[in-house]
Amino acid sequence: MKLGALVAVAVLAVTACGSSPTSTGNTQAQPPTAGMKPLDKIGPGEGQLNLIAWEGYVDDSWVKAFTQQTGCVVNPKYAGSSDEMVSLMKDGGGGQYDMVSASGDADLRLIYGGDVRPMNEKLIPDWTNFQPFFKNPSYNTINGIHYGISLQWGPNTLLYNTKKFVNKPTSWQVIYDPANKGLITVPDNPIQIADAALYLSKTQPSLGIKDPYELNKKQFDATVALLTQQRPLIKKYWALASDEISLFQNGDVVVGAAWPYQTITLKAANAPVDDTIPSEGATGWGDTWMLGTRAPHPNCAYLWTAYVSTAKVQAEQALFFGETPVNTQACAQMEALQAGSCAQYHADQTGTAYFDTIKFWKTPRLTCSDGSQSCIPYDQWVSAWTTIKG
Amino acid sequence: MALETARRPRSKGSGAAPLSALFWRRPALRPLLLLAPPLGWFVVIYLASLATLLVTAFWTIDPFTTQIVQAWNTDNFQRIINEPAYRTIIGRTVILASLVTVTDAVLAFPFAYYMARVASRRVQTILFAAVLLPLWASYLARVYSWILILNHNGLLNWSLQSIGLPAANIGYTNVAMWLVFSYIWLPFMIIPVYAALERVPESLLEAASDLGARRWRAVRDVVLPLALPGVVAGSIFTFSLTLGDYITPILVGGAGSTFIGNVVYTNVGIANNIPFAAALATVPVAIMAVYLFIASRLGAFEAL
Repeated sequence: MKLGALVAVAVLAVTACGSSPTSTGNTQAQPPTAGMKPLDKIGPGEGQLNLIAWEGYVDDSWVKAFTQQTGCVVNPKYAGSSDEMVSLMKDGGGGQYDMVSASGDADLRLIYGGDVRPMNEKLIPDWTNFQPFFKNPSYNTINGIHYGISLQWGPNTLLYNTKKFVNKPTSWQVIYDPANKGLITVPDNPIQIADAALYLSKTQPSLGIKDPYELNKKQFDATVALLTQQRPLIKKYWALASDEISLFQNGDVVVGAAWPYQTITLKAANAPVDDTIPSEGATGWGDTWMLGTRAPHPNCAYLWTAYVSTAKVQAEQALFFGETPVNTQACAQMEALQAGSCAQYHADQTGTAYFDTIKFWKTPRLTCSDGSQSCIPYDQWVSAWTTIKG
Repeated sequence: MALETARRPRSKGSGAAPLSALFWRRPALRPLLLLAPPLGWFVVIYLASLATLLVTAFWTIDPFTTQIVQAWNTDNFQRIINEPAYRTIIGRTVILASLVTVTDAVLAFPFAYYMARVASRRVQTILFAAVLLPLWASYLARVYSWILILNHNGLLNWSLQSIGLPAANIGYTNVAMWLVFSYIWLPFMIIPVYAALERVPESLLEAASDLGARRWRAVRDVVLPLALPGVVAGSIFTFSLTLGDYITPILVGGAGSTFIGNVVYTNVGIANNIPFAAALATVPVAIMAVYLFIASRLGAFEAL
């Protein structure tokens, strides 16, 4: 009965998303691989599986059991950036790579480049336990077709020194405030432009920013202007999470944009910090296992995706890397491994209200979701970012 | 007769030693054959990759798919020239590379002079080891150690505070980059300057003193001009190594510390705009070409 109810909810979620104008409507262009029929059932494993992944995503502590169960030997290749992932997956993985653990800022490039193919979510038993949001996020599901199965996610939070900010900051304004000159750090990543756009969407409604990843010329210029004003206030644009941790630890900065991982690491080291999602909301990232168009071991790929979607592996990976599982049943497993971690990582959030406050990374493209060609594409985001940093 | 003896090996050639006969008849062949593998390697690895770089710089990418479009144009170069941000970045890179070179030359000269002309054999060996010792440690470890020294709660501020001076906040600034670069490339300046100073004949200094020159005068008029090619040779290393670096700016730089290398890196690694990265990468190549031309005029290559 319970399973039946869950399936019913899942079906409802799919249909609801299909008709909802806020997520992928039926107006979007079909990616080149939309017509490829996904597997109906998982056959015997091919004995090998070649993965492109973020470091820490293919750890022995859960890979060993997978290989024992399925006979699929996992060969990971670690990528350093979203774009490295995109270039490794050129030509559908080149007949070499099976899957990629792509982040939202790479997904649409992979999908519209024809490098990844549709996946059958019915072959992933735990899919029905996913947070409704991560069943069909607009960064990996187009016109109801899934180009991958969601894996983990995390918000981009506001991290602050509790000695300097006795009261919790309620707005991103603190990272644009001249009062904090020389004490601010933000990530060195062009997608950071979306954070400023999100802030402007609330503080300057006249600009009419609805989606921080779909900016027209006027909105984009206003956002770049805000970030250019911010530059003299910045102590450092951080590249690695460990950089930001030492900046906070050494007192070089007191406020900045961060991931939950930094907060948890700093708190574990007894640093006086805390994080928050301010009133304007936050951006976030969601990772997806995607199947290469020319994957040579599709059965092992499905076996792997089903395995990493189970509550136990979801919880292990979440705690290993410092991120949040998409499987709602992973919460209990996380608590068993590390008490209090479920709430720390916001894995206990259930309603859609929380996810409405988070704008997930997606590739900025020339074609806006209304079909017009008036949005600023990603290569211009990158050159604007260079100009901002000076 | 002479003709006959000359012919003899050829008639036997098919049997005995055709190869040595060939080399005997064409003496240029032997060195050519010996040089072919390293020469081929040089042509393929260095020149071909440079040529590819240059050609790619004139292409562009499709903003929609980020695939390379092989349409000849000079848009990338126009963008570098017209956008003030790139001019600032190129200017910053060149100025910092020059500052580092001058700093290293000033630091290295007295050190190398002492090593080459004053120190005893034993002290010389110890100093030589001391100069080379940092090169045994990882580049990253040495840069990170500077972060620990320069950051807000670091060794520098701690020392300043304990003697009652205000804290110097030079962590994550261009000053920090200048310090770190000057430190990590210093051995590359000391070694060639040392080599040049060691080759200055003692007799020239004796002649100078015979002619009434004091020690400082002799250093200025005899040693310095003779050691100049060594300084220029060292400056090729310090200048080009700073010019091409992108790791130190990421680690110890702050806001406004971007180098040419960082922009190349983001265009390859994040934006996938390889043609633009190639166009920008030709800038340091061009700067170095000019630099090497001037250096060769100053006789730097004889000192290497």
